[in-house]
Amino acid sequence: MRKIAIYGKGGIGKSTTTQNTVAALAEMGKKVMVVGCDPKADSTRLLLGGLVQQTVLDTLRTEGEDLLLEDVVKPGFKETKCVESGGPEPGVGCAGRGIITSINLLEQLGAYSGDNILDYVFYDVLGDVVCGGFAMPIRDGKAEEIYIVVSGEMMAMYAANNICKGIVKFAESGVVRLGGLICNSRNVDFEKDLIEALAEKLGTQMIHFVPRDNMVQRAEINRKTVIEFDPAANQADEYRKLCKSIDGNSNFVIPTPLTTDELEGLLIKYGIGQ
Amino acid sequence: MIKAELKSFSNISAEKVKDSILNRYPAKVARKRGKQIIINRVENGDQVPEILANSRTIPGILTMRGCAYAGCKGVVLGPTRDILQITHGPIGCGFYSWLTRRNQTRPETLSDANYMTYALSTDLQEDEIIFGGEKKLKKAIEEAIALFNPKAIGIFSTCPVGLIGDDVHAVAREMEEKYPEVNIFGFSCEGYKGVSQSAGHHVANNKVFTDVVGQLEMRKEGKYIVNILGEYNIGGDAFEIERIMELCGFTLHSTFSGNSVYEEFASAHNADLNVVMCHRSINYMAEMMEKKYGIPWFKVNFVGAEATAKSLRKMAVYFGDAELIERVESVIAAEMENVLKVQGEIRPRCEGKKAMLFVGGSRAHHYQELFTEIGMETLSAGYEFAHRDDYEGRKVIPGIVVDADTRNIEELTVTPDEKRYNPRKKNDEMQKLESAGFTFNDYNGMMTEMKDNSLIIDDLNHYETEILIEKYKPDIFCAGIKEKYVVQKGGIPMKQLHSYDYSGPYAGFIGAVNFYREIDRMVNTKIFSLVKAPWQESPELTGSYVWNK
Repeated sequence: MRKIAIYGKGGIGKSTTTQNTVAALAEMGKKVMVVGCDPKADSTRLLLGGLVQQTVLDTLRTEGEDLLLEDVVKPGFKETKCVESGGPEPGVGCAGRGIITSINLLEQLGAYSGDNILDYVFYDVLGDVVCGGFAMPIRDGKAEEIYIVVSGEMMAMYAANNICKGIVKFAESGVVRLGGLICNSRNVDFEKDLIEALAEKLGTQMIHFVPRDNMVQRAEINRKTVIEFDPAANQADEYRKLCKSIDGNSNFVIPTPLTTDELEGLLIKYGIGQ
Repeated sequence: MIKAELKSFSNISAEKVKDSILNRYPAKVARKRGKQIIINRVENGDQVPEILANSRTIPGILTMRGCAYAGCKGVVLGPTRDILQITHGPIGCGFYSWLTRRNQTRPETLSDANYMTYALSTDLQEDEIIFGGEKKLKKAIEEAIALFNPKAIGIFSTCPVGLIGDDVHAVAREMEEKYPEVNIFGFSCEGYKGVSQSAGHHVANNKVFTDVVGQLEMRKEGKYIVNILGEYNIGGDAFEIERIMELCGFTLHSTFSGNSVYEEFASAHNADLNVVMCHRSINYMAEMMEKKYGIPWFKVNFVGAEATAKSLRKMAVYFGDAELIERVESVIAAEMENVLKVQGEIRPRCEGKKAMLFVGGSRAHHYQELFTEIGMETLSAGYEFAHRDDYEGRKVIPGIVVDADTRNIEELTVTPDEKRYNPRKKNDEMQKLESAGFTFNDYNGMMTEMKDNSLIIDDLNHYETEILIEKYKPDIFCAGIKEKYVVQKGGIPMKQLHSYDYSGPYAGFIGAVNFYREIDRMVNTKIFSLVKAPWQESPELTGSYVWNK
């Protein structure tokens, strides 16, 4: 089983990219589980055709100890298994602790073992790794591959570089490795070159360049992935390509994060510089 | 120099002991501890070397210190019986701060409110840590009001409450609106706040000052009305002090906080004098009450018969009534009769024996009085959580560096109350008293009253305790429960001066007699010479591991 965590700046399109990739994997016949690690619990909406009604933490609160895996794992598009950690409303409690509790609980319930043999599990994590809780999916024994969703916008690249710093910490003491950058295009000038250069500096690869297409919006309004909404669309093929690249990926590294000066130098060279 | 040598202790060099402690530390640690371990030298009456105090404990060191929650809930508010205290946090904090200080209380009638026999906690679970604990806290308050109908409720924050950002003050306000007849207030006394329990004392002082003192207009009957601040009724100390106050004719309006009730706190601003026992934990309250209500304060000490007599005399002189002064003298004379009799009996057996005291923020100083009265010397002493002024005297306060840890605790800006500010002594009366040698707002600190060459150690730790015992071989060691068994296993009698080891009271005249007898019993016991450790009696067993290949 491959265990993958998707990170990236808030609003970059992590959940959309993850769900479309998962849909493409499911289409290939792979058994996939998606674990949403965001208190907003909106990481599985496109696979389920709507927001999940009961998150792991909600169920834990109402059911207490007698919790069954079926209570929290919902079947989505082509038998994908969808789980949302859930968490407190904004400004209350500790969402990070919630992620830790929820992932531990899934393990205890045997979500990835026994009869539940999977090909893939995806952790879709809240944009900013603000505390230890949001690093939980990349701690030892959890996700082993990380993909960072990024665009050619400066803050997205900043965030990607910062996430790499976090990965180094956990990679050196464990098995987690960076699998590549997914460029979710914002139509920034020289975006592809810029992200390829960033990937090279980080010691990794740009695993796919997902072009911008309004088809994604249309599918989202219909609560569907592009793969489900319009399987013949160009964009659906883009996600299939991304899916194949990930499925065939063998390039896993401990990243080499850039200094702020290096990062800004890169932006000047490919961005404002030209 | 020769004088200093004569005053110093026999043949033990404090320098050498200090060196042997420091030379085992890494350089950086040694540098810091070097400033916290001071060889005392008193010059010009009250000039002493500077000590580093109220500074963060070095991680890895087995400190004697407690946390801010302990200082606020355990120490300052714990001993009051009818402010219902809810610990907002996991169950351990509330349970282990429940009566473990042996603070006693005595409701006047069987039907009077006394919540000290209950431990109330929100018992936070993982669920509340994740989703926030405010709802559970509100529910706990509602339950508490339904069960007990208290006049006041205090909410005490523990570490996780601060981490998840529960707003206990907002909850207190909301619940007070719902139950206007109950005074509800919260304390931001998360354990990690500050370098020791001292931070919690300050947090407690601030909240009690803003939310309790001044809420009730009530003045007890009497001519000489006083509050005692910083007396926590460990082992019944406050009962003995109450007895003496009554004999002398003082009206004890309130004690902060031994054997106290809410209404006494709420009306404490109507007293005419504040006397301070534990300077460290409550000097904030004394200063704030003076600024807002015009009540003068000075330091007293009811630990030690002589110190008690001295404190009573000073209180009588403050009121300046000849009849009172005479009555106080006759009480002292009557009480001292038995004290001196017991002293005379015990002193020959204790004379010349050596004590060490590492406790509190005042206790390590106060109890030296009692040891002196039976002829015992204090070799070395230090506080757990005191500040420089408790060591060197209040004169150093302007020079104390305010660091980030101190700034973390709110410093209230207090101005005179528009209606209720009433200076109890006019300027000329104050000046007259002061020119006759009377001091207000005074505390000269522990070091000024200790001998040259004694070792003063702030925030002592277990490793240093072992070195001190090995080098000095004291006859008795005084500290708290965490130190007790380490010391006793070293063959040295150990007296707890936090909880009194199930004994007490030790304050006042009866307390002094209790203490003399207790110390006599401990330093003259043969038990430690009669008991042999197993390795002293039979040869050590040796062996090697055997395993099947």
